[in-house]
Parts: sequence; structure tokens; C-alpha cells
Amino acid sequence: MADQKAKKTIDPHKHEMPVQEAKVRAHNFEEVALGYDEETAVAEAQRCLQCKNEPCRQGCPVQVYIPEFIKLIAERDFEGAIKKNKEKNALPAVCGRVCPQENQCEKYCTLAKKFESVGIGRLERFIADRELQKGVTVPEVAPSTGKKVAVVGSGPSGLTCASDLAKLGHDVTVFEALHVAGGVLMYGIPQFRLPKEIVQAEVENLKKLGVKIEVNSVVGKFATVDELMEEEGFDAVYIGTGAGLPYFMGIPGENACGVYSANEFLTRTNLMKAYLFPKYDTPIKIGKKVAVLGGGNVAMDGARTALRLGAEESHIVYRRSHDELPARKEEAEHAEEEGVIFDLLTSPVEIISNEEGWVTGMKCIKYELGEPDASGRRSPVAIPGSEFIMDVDTVVVAIGQGPNPLVPRTTKGLELNKHGNIVASLETGATSKPGVYAGGDVVTGAATVILAMGAGRAAADAMHEYLSNK
Amino acid sequence: MFKILEKQVFSPVIKQFVIDAPRVAKSCKAGQFIILGINEEGERIPLTIADFDREKGTITIVFQEVGKSTIQLGAMEAGDYIKDFVGPLGEPTHIENVGTVVCVAGGVGIAPVHPIARAFKEAGNHVIGIMGARTQDLMFWEDKMRAACSELLVTTDDGSYVRQGFVTDVLKDVIESKGKENIPLVIAIGPQPMMRAVCNMTKEYGVKTIVSLNALMVDGTGMCGCCRITVGDETKFVCVDGPDFDGHQVNWSELAMRQVYFKSEEQLALEYKECTCRNGGAE
Ligand SMILES: Cc1cc2nc3c(=O)[nH]c(=O)nc-3n(C[C@H](O)[C@H](O)[C@H](O)COP(=O)(O)OP(=O)(O)OC[C@H]3O[C@@H](n4cnc5c(N)ncnc54)[C@H](O)[C@@H]3O)c2cc1C
Ligand SMILES: Cc1cc2nc3c(=O)[nH]c(=O)nc-3n(C[C@H](O)[C@H](O)[C@H](O)COP(=O)(O)OP(=O)(O)OC[C@H]3O[C@@H](n4cnc5c(N)ncnc54)[C@H](O)[C@@H]3O)c2cc1C
Ligand code: SF4
Ligand code: SF4
Ligand code: FES
Repeated sequence: MADQKAKKTIDPHKHEMPVQEAKVRAHNFEEVALGYDEETAVAEAQRCLQCKNEPCRQGCPVQVYIPEFIKLIAERDFEGAIKKNKEKNALPAVCGRVCPQENQCEKYCTLAKKFESVGIGRLERFIADRELQKGVTVPEVAPSTGKKVAVVGSGPSGLTCASDLAKLGHDVTVFEALHVAGGVLMYGIPQFRLPKEIVQAEVENLKKLGVKIEVNSVVGKFATVDELMEEEGFDAVYIGTGAGLPYFMGIPGENACGVYSANEFLTRTNLMKAYLFPKYDTPIKIGKKVAVLGGGNVAMDGARTALRLGAEESHIVYRRSHDELPARKEEAEHAEEEGVIFDLLTSPVEIISNEEGWVTGMKCIKYELGEPDASGRRSPVAIPGSEFIMDVDTVVVAIGQGPNPLVPRTTKGLELNKHGNIVASLETGATSKPGVYAGGDVVTGAATVILAMGAGRAAADAMHEYLSNK
Repeated sequence: MFKILEKQVFSPVIKQFVIDAPRVAKSCKAGQFIILGINEEGERIPLTIADFDREKGTITIVFQEVGKSTIQLGAMEAGDYIKDFVGPLGEPTHIENVGTVVCVAGGVGIAPVHPIARAFKEAGNHVIGIMGARTQDLMFWEDKMRAACSELLVTTDDGSYVRQGFVTDVLKDVIESKGKENIPLVIAIGPQPMMRAVCNMTKEYGVKTIVSLNALMVDGTGMCGCCRITVGDETKFVCVDGPDFDGHQVNWSELAMRQVYFKSEEQLALEYKECTCRNGGAE
């Protein structure tokens, strides 16, 4: 009786995600969010109203069958739930952790109008983790088509495309420039947010489908896309090389010792495991006061990593105000809880260094929010005379990345836009070059994991059709 | 995994490996480099492709032991495997027929100069090689260089072999005797102070000089920016825009400062290695 009643009154709050305590986690690289247990997951799933019109699904870039998989969790059919989820999402353990849910699925959840939305991402993570623990069953692979496909880049986009094409019976080889597959999931997003073991488990699953992964293979260097097609017999190519080229501010002093791009800072730490130096050989140098320039996920990751590497102070220096921080809400909150200091409406104009070339400070200027512009956003305006020197010894530049030019530059007949991104159809991934498809960050510019995956999937469908008619 | 097929020891600190790497051997050109990682814990270290054999599918590297990774590499033997080996990286040296090219090699720089000298000669140039080392024991590949160049001049800093003097002294003689107008191009590869000295000198003569920069690197694909350096007024990434640059445009003091970025950590890495060795070589 009491049970019945409890079901009808909806808990206005999401079930809380158990997390490592902020003070403790700020100094270790263990995962911050610990995940739901079975009971919490079932209880959270029971909050879902099973809306007929499925607004949540419309907010998900790959349109995961959200109400269906949640219903199965509520019924404790966890295996059924993950199967349903995976019909649309190739990497649920990753997306459940890193999707900006508050702008996607959860934003459109009916519950969110009055209460907190259903914890869709957390539920997705729960069933995915459970499956990884129990051992993933390898999906069926269609009989061989005899067609060879090359996938360039092993980020979420390339991995998804490879997985779908392999399931359809094509012979897929993934070429990855680095010595490990996974793209940003391995070199960028930190261990404490996305354990590398999870990414590697997904890569292993891909190998079970028969996908060959060739690491240490820079396309455009050991062979061009044209050579892969003409000399190595690949019938089609998917380019998912991401947006790995770091932008710098272009201010004086940026080449001083103590200034890193976020990519270098995070790659040394995550991919090369500099946080375990000297057991691992790659070093990283961290000062007492670190300033991270930018306000996105990359900047949050940099600032939180700096604390974990032992910085006394870690600052986010961002030109706009708190509301405009492009980072996931949860990441900005976690950063704040851990003690990251936010210097908002502030922008650097010069990095100052000593005679030996080491950073000793950063000259900044204050901004204020001006009149709303055409887009309705109030853009920041510099306040004349407000320059001041910030006392820092390490600067991490996290103001964005562009497409790496190695593949675009060396592929004949590939149309690019003025930023160097590959021009490709968002529906099919088709580029200006027959048989060559592209998607993910190299097409859209730095975006999200789930969008990159969605592009990989859409291209796989189109490539399958192309190959079937070839 | 990449097999070490042959090992040669030129001096206690200079060693040569021939590595089985068909993919790299198939497409590499003079002036390019590879990055290797010895094992799971290893750093990614850049080394120039000193020679290659497209038929056998092999790459030759010559390296000097200067720190943890190169010492560890030097301890490996033929038959051992290197975990990661990626290349060819960087832009090839721009080879054309300009008439006469002087290729100056200092120390372990002899290895990277070799394929470049050979390529210029194959392109029809008269190649004058100048190779120098601190002392005779550190000299290697004289025969290979003789074959790669049209004429070869050898020197040692201490005079223990052929003649005494720096490569810059020899270069000065060459420019003076041939006339600067007859030397359209100098290539200089070696330790930074040597390249810098060559550039200072050739600048006075107005002789174009290309150097190969050895900035610190991580990925070698243009992703991290660790290798950035000011050339002229622009920031360049050595791994993708270079490693060859116009030596008269390079900001040498910036390069020198960035080179010692991790000095104290490198020392720590070395001590850590020695320490685990003393504990019976576990690890
Ligand atoms: C620090 C950081 C934090 C982020 N946090 C989030 C987050 O919380 N949530 C979210 O949704 N998104 C996040 N993102 C964005 C997200 O990671 C990217 O949008 C996504 O990874 C893009 O996927 P991709 O497959 O297009 O490319 P990438 O993941 O960039 O993978 C491209 C791969 O191609 C390889 N490659 C490049 N050139 C070549 C070549 N010539 N030959 C062979 N291989 C090549 C690269 O080495 C790389 O492995 C974050 C990004 C960063 C950098
Ligand atoms: C494009 C390129 C090509 C190279 N080719 C060769 C080669 O053919 N043969 C060879 O012996 N070396 C070459 N080097 C240098 C070689 O990469 C370094 O000696 C090596 O990385 C040092 O690693 P370590 O761990 O042994 O020493 P560390 O402990 O890392 O360093 C010891 C000392 O070497 C210096 N050093 C570290 N890294 C580099 C580096 N990347 N370049 C120059 N000095 C460095 C440091 O300043 C330090 O003083 C090349 C470097 C580059 C960038
Ligand atoms: S993939 Fe991302 S957006 Fe889609 S349901 Fe999962 S968490 Fe939400
Ligand atoms: S909108 Fe929210 S409550 Fe409705 S089905 Fe989707 S997750 Fe459940
Ligand atoms: S080594 Fe990373 S960009 Fe050159």
C-alpha cells in the first residue's frame, strides 16, 4: 500500500550521484563520480513518466530509445536495457559519463519542467558499466562483403563508423596516428572523468568484431588517402581525424617555458601518464599557481588536472561571465567544489617571463558585459586602464582547436572550408571526393563525443549503400 | 612491435640500430624522422631517419645516449623489440639542383646529414661534406659520408683525427676558397650551439643556410604544440612545419630555453632508473 503511494508521488530530485569527496578527489586521479548501484538505478528509472511523445529522445543527437531502456531498468531487465540502448548508442559507458546531458536529452525531459529531469545519463552509464563488468556479448557480424574500408582516426567518430561497417560484413582497418586508439577519449578527457580502462574495453570489443586497428600510422605521412585507395585496395575511406590542432592566443610571451597548450598538458598527463612520473618516463612540470585560459570542458579539465598534479592554486581565466561558460554544468561545478578559482570577465594580454624564459606573471585586462548584440548575447567589452598583473607561473591555453591539416592537405580533390574543416554532408558524411566520407570534429569543428559518434554512424549507413552499389 | 635487426656500437655513447619497419621505409624521404617509444612506460622520443632500405623494409637510426630514454635504448640488443615506432614524420628536406651544396655535420648530426647529402648529390649537385666530432672516438660513418658526398672534409675539435678545429673553421675555409657566390646553399645539422655558430657565420656571408631543429616533442603530428618555436615573426611547429628551417630566421635563444624545460625532471628520471637498477633491475 505504502509502496503504491510512493510510486505515484514523484521525487522532485534526481537520485544523487555518489562522488568522491571534493577535498580528497582534488588530489587523486581516480574517477570523481562513482556511479549508481542497482537499487538507486531502479529507483531513478521509476521516476520516468514514460511519456508517449518521447521529448527526451528528440534532445539526444542519436535518438537513443530512452523511455524504452529506462522502462527495462525499472523492470530490472538490465540486459534488455543495454541492448535497447546500444541499438542507437555505440559507446554508452562513454556517453553516460561525458555527454552534456543538461543541454541534450535531460533538457527536454518532461520532469525538468517542474522538477529535476530523470538522470538519463547516469542510467545509461549504469547499464553500460554493468555490461562491461559482466562481459560484453559480441554482436553478430554479417557475412563478408569482400569490401575493404579504411577509417582514419580512432576517436569516437571513427570507432563508431568502424563498428557499424564491421557488423555489416565489411573488412575494416582503423589507422591511428598515436600509439593508442581512442582519440580525445584517451589523450584529452582525464582519467578522473573517463577512466581509460573503459575506453580500451570498448576498443577491445571492436577488435572482436574483426576490426583491425593499426596504431602508429599517420595517414598523409606513411600513405595518403589516395594511396590507400589506389595502392592498398581500400574501396572507401572514412576520415575522422578530429580537431587536434591547438590554437594559441597570439599574445607576446606565449612561447615561454611554463606555457602549455591544453593538448600538451592533457596529453602528457593522460596519454603519457605523467602523473605517474617517474615510473612513467614522460615528465610534466607544474608550478604553484596555474592559470588556464578558456571556459569550456577542455579548460575545466586543465584546471582540475593542475590541482591533481599538485598546484597550490588553479585559476580559470575567462573573458565572459559565469553564465556563458561553455563547459558542461557538472564539470564547472565539480571544478568549483575542488577549489578551482574562476577569474571571469578577464582576459590575458601578455605573458611575462624572466631572463631564463620562465613564466613569472600574466598581464590581464578586465571586461564588462556590453549591450546585447544581434544574437541577443551580451558581449564582453574591455575596460580601458583595468590592466593588472596576475601572479602565475604556469599557463595552460585552452581556447580551442582546429582541424589537423595532415589529411586535408594531402588528399586530392577534398573540399575544405575557410577554417580548414572538411566539407561533408551532415546526413551522409559524403565529401567532394567519391568514396571518401568524413565526420566528427574534423567536419564540425570541436563539438561533442555524441555528435562525433552520430556522424560516424550516419556515414557508415551511407558508405554501406555506396559499397553495396559499387 | 618493431624488431631491432642489427646493432652497432660506434662509441660507448653512440649506437646504431637497423629496425624492421616496412611501412616507414616505403615512404620516407631525406630529412624526415620517426618517434619511438620503448615500452608501455616509455617516453616518445624523436630520432632522424639516418638511412633506409625500401626493399628490405628497414630504417636505420643513430643516437647518442644523453638521458634516460636513449640510455635505455642503447642497452637494447638485436632481436629485442621496440613497442612503438611511428613515421615518417616531418616535412622532407627540399631537394633541388642548385649547383653546389655544403652539408655540415656535427657530432651525432652526421647521421641526419647523410641521407640529405646523398639526395642532393643524386639530384645532380656538387656536395661538399664537412663532418666534425669532439674527438676521434665519436666519429662514425666516414665511409658512408664519403660515398654520399662529392668531396668530404673531416675535422676533430681536439685534433685527434685528420685536423684540429671546429666545423665552422672548415666551412669558413670552404667559403673563402670557393667564393661565397659559388655556394648557394649550406645545410647544417648537429648540436644547437654548432648550428647557431654556423648560421651566425653564413649570415655574414649572406649564404642561405638550412638547419634541422630538435625541439622537444610529444606526439609529432601537430597536436600538442610542445615543439613550437619562433621562426621569423611566426610560431612554427617543428614536427609538422619542419624540422628544416631557414637558420637565419630561427630564434635560437628561445629554442635553447625551451630545450631545457624539463631538465630537473630528466635528472629525476635518470636517478629513478639508476635506483631501480640498484634494486636488482626489477621493473
Ligand atoms: C579535454 C577535452 C575534453 C572534452 N570533454 C568533452 C565532454 O565532456 N563531453 C563531450 O561530449 N565532448 C567533450 N570533448 C569533445 C570531444 O572529445 C570531441 O568532440 C570528440 O572526441 C571528437 O571525436 P572525433 O572522433 O571527431 O575526433 P577525436 O576524438 O579528436 O579523434 C581523432 C583521432 O584521429 C587521429 N588522427 C588525427 N590525424 C590523423 C592522421 N593523419 N592519421 C591517423 N590518425 C589521425 C587522432 O590522433 C585522434 O586519435 C572534449 C574534448 C577535449 C579535448
Ligand atoms: C626531429 C628530431 C630528430 C632527432 N634526431 C636525433 C638523432 O638522429 N640522434 C640523436 O641522438 N638524437 C636525435 N634527436 C634528439 C633526441 O630526440 C633526444 O636526444 C632524446 O629525446 C633524449 O631523450 P632522453 O630521455 O635520452 O634524454 P632526456 O633525459 O630527455 O634529455 C637529456 C638531454 O637531452 C636534451 N634533449 C631532450 N630531448 C631532446 C630533443 N628532442 N632534442 C634534443 N635534445 C633533447 C635535453 O635538453 C637534456 O639536456 C632528435 C630530436 C628531434 C626533435
Ligand atoms: S547519448 Fe547522450 S544525449 Fe543521448 S541519451 Fe545518452 S546521455 Fe543523453
Ligand atoms: S521525457 Fe523524461 S520522463 Fe518522459 S520519457 Fe523521457 S525521460 Fe522519461
Ligand atoms: S610535437 Fe606535438 S605538435 Fe609537434
